[in-house]
Amino acid sequence: MTWIKFLREKWFYALLLILALLLPLLITNRYHFQIVIMGCLFSIAALSLNLILGYTGQASMAHAGFFGIGAYGVALLTKEGMSFWLALPLSSLLAALVGFLIGLPTLRARGSYFAISTMCFGVIISIVAGNWIELTGGYNGVVGIPLPNPIFLPGVGDLGFQTQAAQYYLVLAFLLLTLLIMHRLVYSLMGLGFMAIRNNEVLAGSVGINTFAGKILSFVVANFFAGLAGGIYASLIGTISPATAALEQTFGWLIFVLLGGIATLTGPIVGAFVIPVIMEYLQFLTEYRLIIFGVLLIVVIIYFPRGLMGGFTTLQQRVKDLYAQRRGEKRAAGG
Amino acid sequence: MQLFLQQIFNGIMLGSTYAIVALGLTLVFGILHIPNFAHGHLYMLGAYISFFLMTLYGFGFWTALITSMVILGLVGMLIERVVYRPLQDKPHINSFISAVGALIILETSVIVLWGPQGRRIPNPYPDIVELLGITMSHQRLLVIVAAIAMIVVLQIFIKKTTPGATIEAVAQNREGAMLVGINVNWVSSLTFAISTATAAAAACLVAPIFMISPTMGALLGMKAFVIVILGGLGSIPGAILGGYILGILEAIGGGYLSAAYKDVYAFGALILILSIRPTGLFGKEVS
Repeated sequence: MTWIKFLREKWFYALLLILALLLPLLITNRYHFQIVIMGCLFSIAALSLNLILGYTGQASMAHAGFFGIGAYGVALLTKEGMSFWLALPLSSLLAALVGFLIGLPTLRARGSYFAISTMCFGVIISIVAGNWIELTGGYNGVVGIPLPNPIFLPGVGDLGFQTQAAQYYLVLAFLLLTLLIMHRLVYSLMGLGFMAIRNNEVLAGSVGINTFAGKILSFVVANFFAGLAGGIYASLIGTISPATAALEQTFGWLIFVLLGGIATLTGPIVGAFVIPVIMEYLQFLTEYRLIIFGVLLIVVIIYFPRGLMGGFTTLQQRVKDLYAQRRGEKRAAGG
Repeated sequence: MQLFLQQIFNGIMLGSTYAIVALGLTLVFGILHIPNFAHGHLYMLGAYISFFLMTLYGFGFWTALITSMVILGLVGMLIERVVYRPLQDKPHINSFISAVGALIILETSVIVLWGPQGRRIPNPYPDIVELLGITMSHQRLLVIVAAIAMIVVLQIFIKKTTPGATIEAVAQNREGAMLVGINVNWVSSLTFAISTATAAAAACLVAPIFMISPTMGALLGMKAFVIVILGGLGSIPGAILGGYILGILEAIGGGYLSAAYKDVYAFGALILILSIRPTGLFGKEVS
C-alpha cells in the first residue's frame, strides 16, 4: 500500500532513478560519458556548497580549498599504499576537521566578512599546495594516483573501477548518498534552524536557536562532502594540482548553484549537468563562454534570484493554483 | 642593515599602492557598503588601458595615466549602475555574488582581448639613485611621492568641497542625506568613479615596475579587502596606515622568511584578527 502511494506521488523521481541506473546502456560515446561522471561528481560539490550558501546563508568561498584537502588527502594516502576505501573517509574527515577549525574564527564574522575571510583561506590552501613541494609536488601536482581498489560483491566477484560504467556507478552511489543526507538534514528541525539563521540571524538567536553552533555544523557537513567529492575526483582523474583547489572552482560551483536554483536540492544537480552541457555546445565561443556565465550570474542574482529550479517551482505552484481555482469554480457551478 | 633598509624602502613603495587601492575600496565598501570584489580587477584594467594608450597610441606616461583614470572612472560608474544598484536593498551576499560575476567578466575579457601573457610598460624614469646604500629607482620614488600627493588631494576633496561633503553625509546617514536634498544615487556614482579612478592611478604608477597580467588584480583586490577590514570599515586613515603596514610586512617577510609565502601573511593575519575581533580592528558592529 505504502509502495503504491509512494510510486503515485514520486513516480517522476523513481523514473529518474531507473533512467540514471540504465544510463551506461544509453551512452556509447566515451567523451559524453565522462561529462556525465563529472556532472555527478560536481553535483556533490555543488550540493554541499548549497548547504552552507543556500540554506544557511553563509557564502563560503573556500569550498574548492576543502575539495582540494580531500583530493590531496586521497592522492597522498593512496600513493603511500593505503586503500582508497580507508583514505576517502579519512580525507573527508580531515576536510571536516579543518573546516571546524577555520569555521571557529571565520563564522564569527558575518556577511561579506565571512566571504572574504574564507576566500583568504582558500587562497592560502592553493598557495601552500603550490609551494610545499616535498609534500604536494608543487605546481606540477600529484600524478599517477591509483584508481579505487576493487570491491568484493557477493555473486559478482571483485569489481574493479577501470571501466567508465563502474566509475559512473561509484560516483552515482556517492551522489545519492549525499542527496539523501542533505534531504534528511534540510527537512529536519536542524535544517529549519539553518534557514532561520539565513533569514535573520539575530531573530533566530532570540527564539533560542544556537546560531553559531548551527553555522559551524552546516559548515563542517558542507566541507566533509566537499572533501569527499575531492577525494573521488583525485582517484578517478588520476592527477591533481593546485588548480584543483583554486578559487575559480568555487566560482564554477557558485554558478551551478545559482543558475540551477539556490536553496533547492535539485537546483545544484541540474546546474552541474546543464551548465557543462551548455559549455560543450558553446565550445566554438572558446574563451567567451566565461564572459557569458559572468553576465548570467549577474542577471540571475538580480532578476531571478531563485534560479532555474526556483522558477520552475513557482511556475508549478501557479499551475496548481490555477487548477484548484478551476475545480473550485466547477464545484460552485455544479452545486 | 643595508638589506633591512632596502626591504623597508621596497615595503613603503609596495605599501603606497596598497594604501591607494585600499583607500578607494574603503570608500565603496565602508561608506556605500558595497562589497566590490571586482576592485582589484578594475585596477588591472586600468594598467592595461594605460599600457595600450602608451604603446599603441603613443601617449606619454602622465597623459596615459590621466586618460586611464577618466576611463576607469566611467567604467566604475557603469558597474555601480548595472551590477550593484539593483541589489541595493538585498542581502549583502547578493551583491557579493554579483561582484563575482563582474570580476569573471573583467578578467576573461582582458584575457580574450589581449591574451593571458604578462606585459611590461616601458619605464619612463629608469634612472637610479643611491642613498645610505639603498638602491632607489626614480620610478619607485615617484610611486611613493605620487601616492602621498593623491592621498592629500583626496582628503582635501572629501573634507573641503561640497561633493566631498555629500559623500560623508551619505556615509553618516543615508536617509538623513536624502532628506536634506542630496541625490544619493548620484553620490554612489561619484564615489564609485573616484574609487576606480584611484585604483587605475595606482596601477599605472606601479605598472612600469612590475609586469602587468590579467591575474594581477585578483590577489591585490583581496589584500585591499584585508586592509579595509583590519583598518576599520570606512576609515580613511585606517586604510592608508594599513596599506603601508601590509606593504612593509610583506617586504620584510618576503625578504627574511619566505618569498613564496609572502601572500599568506596578509590573509593569515586577517583570519587571526577576525577570530579575536569579528568586525575588524576598528570596525563597528555590522547590521
